[in-house]
Amino acid sequence: MTNKIAPLIEARGIHFAYSANAPKVVVGASLAVPRGTLGALIGANGSGKSTLVRLLGGLLQPSRGEVLFDGAPLTSIEPRSRAKRIAYVPQTVSTVFPFTALEVVLTGRSPYVSRFQFENEHDRRIAEGALAAIDALHLAPRPVTELSGGERQMVALARALAQEPECLLLDEPASALDLKHRAALVRHLRRLRNERGITALIITHDLQLLDPVFDHVFAMRCGAIVAEGAPAEVLRDEVLAEVYGDAHIRARQAFGHTFVWSEV
Amino acid sequence: MPRLRLGRALAALSGVLIIVTLAALWVGYKPLDLAALRTDETARMVFFRLRLPRVVMAGMIGASLAMVGAALQALFRNPLAEPLTLGVSGGAALGASVAIALGLGAKVAGLPMVFILAFVGAGVAVLIVYHLARTASGAVVLPGALLLAGVVLNLISAAGVVVIQYFTDYTRALQILRWMIGSLDVVGFDLVWRMLIFLVPGWMILLWMARDLHLLAVDEETAASLGVNVQRSERMVYAAASLIVGVTVAVGGTIGFVGLIVPHAVRLLFGEDVRIVVPCSFVLGAAFLMVADAIARTVLGAGELPVGAITALAGGPVFLWLLRRQQRYSAM
Repeated sequence: MTNKIAPLIEARGIHFAYSANAPKVVVGASLAVPRGTLGALIGANGSGKSTLVRLLGGLLQPSRGEVLFDGAPLTSIEPRSRAKRIAYVPQTVSTVFPFTALEVVLTGRSPYVSRFQFENEHDRRIAEGALAAIDALHLAPRPVTELSGGERQMVALARALAQEPECLLLDEPASALDLKHRAALVRHLRRLRNERGITALIITHDLQLLDPVFDHVFAMRCGAIVAEGAPAEVLRDEVLAEVYGDAHIRARQAFGHTFVWSEV
Repeated sequence: MPRLRLGRALAALSGVLIIVTLAALWVGYKPLDLAALRTDETARMVFFRLRLPRVVMAGMIGASLAMVGAALQALFRNPLAEPLTLGVSGGAALGASVAIALGLGAKVAGLPMVFILAFVGAGVAVLIVYHLARTASGAVVLPGALLLAGVVLNLISAAGVVVIQYFTDYTRALQILRWMIGSLDVVGFDLVWRMLIFLVPGWMILLWMARDLHLLAVDEETAASLGVNVQRSERMVYAAASLIVGVTVAVGGTIGFVGLIVPHAVRLLFGEDVRIVVPCSFVLGAAFLMVADAIARTVLGAGELPVGAITALAGGPVFLWLLRRQQRYSAM
């Protein structure tokens, strides 16, 4: 259904290995995320999800195949212009310096600020707005080194929003969040899509939060996309058994949601 | 707002630098005698050929080391990184010793061999430490491994210097020894100009890179996603750090911990923003080493302490204190 909309970000048969003699992590992966939709990338640990998202964000270059953004090769977009359109949130943020959360969020404005300038009042308002949009404005003055893992993830997400991107690529943004904040994150993403038309692709293991909010689910196994479609189409016993290589995973629909669990 | 903060910080630190400069010019074996300066040719010569160039030299070296420290800390996301702890000074010292053993006078294109080999030694040390401290996937610089590799490189370099001293003749061995103790003794401005040929490009590169370093200090992957060319930034900072440390070590010997204390003081005073820390470390570093050198010149009366001893005595404990504090944030 969503396929009629032109894809904003698209991978065409991309391959990638971290070094010449290392095994390929991404093997001929293809996917297209239509503009203004929420996509989820699922799959077992080590299936190549993070690498694929880095390739989509232009942080890594595929050895074969190509990544297209808004119809043009991603490599043709200059990195700082790219940063105004695509925001990437890594799994963890590694800083050891006690930057305040607001300082970290302000780094999201750097693509808009020239080399020898600092962010101005306008940038500051956008950064605070980004924190407020995910109910995290109270973190602004706190040193990030004193925040919990989940709070750091919120700060990283706010930084990405401060870039005012068309496309968000999030690598397990909810891995350190409690259930309440995970659900809140999904609500925020839905609102960003509905109100600002943001396109997002997120890596997640929270399969039960996908249906009905997400438009698309892409399932990855051994470096390739092996299943894709609406959440209800992908979240089925036989598909999940194939994706995770495990026959114990169950998916059932009830109350307009799809519930996923594993028999222990 | 950061720009206002940078302006205020630079204004305040420049005030400090001016006062320190005047004080450093004042004190010495004989305090400055302004009346004699106007009438006495000898006094004038002592001031303009000895004391003034020495204070300028101390300022240049202090500014350089502090700025390199600030840059390396941001690049490696490690507040304990600085030329000495990363083994860069050691590498430069080994290079300089080789040059002295081969004959001090040799010059290439008008530049002393000591500068050039110290630069090479510093560059090799940076590359080794960096490669040892990266994980297999290349994504993370391990903070503990970085410092350990630096320590071991310093030990290897020190052993290398000792071996060279044994193999070279007596006078050159003595020259190496004299030079290793480190001194900012200088006559006239010749050496200052020659150092500036190396230092100015290094300073420019680091100031140019300050924004990228700010983003790298937060997180490497995030910086890359914000448009920083990580590999190019790393190479530029290595090149600048090697240039600067090579020259300062070749001239003044190993002067440790300036690059640790000064950026740390700047952060405590003016916050973490690397775009503020880098230029402010430059100004405060100059003032810091002028003070250390003034102490080295005067504390013994007629004699003189190596300035590196003063900075190590002040900086070593700060390093240990930071190490203790650091363990709260990350497991080594």
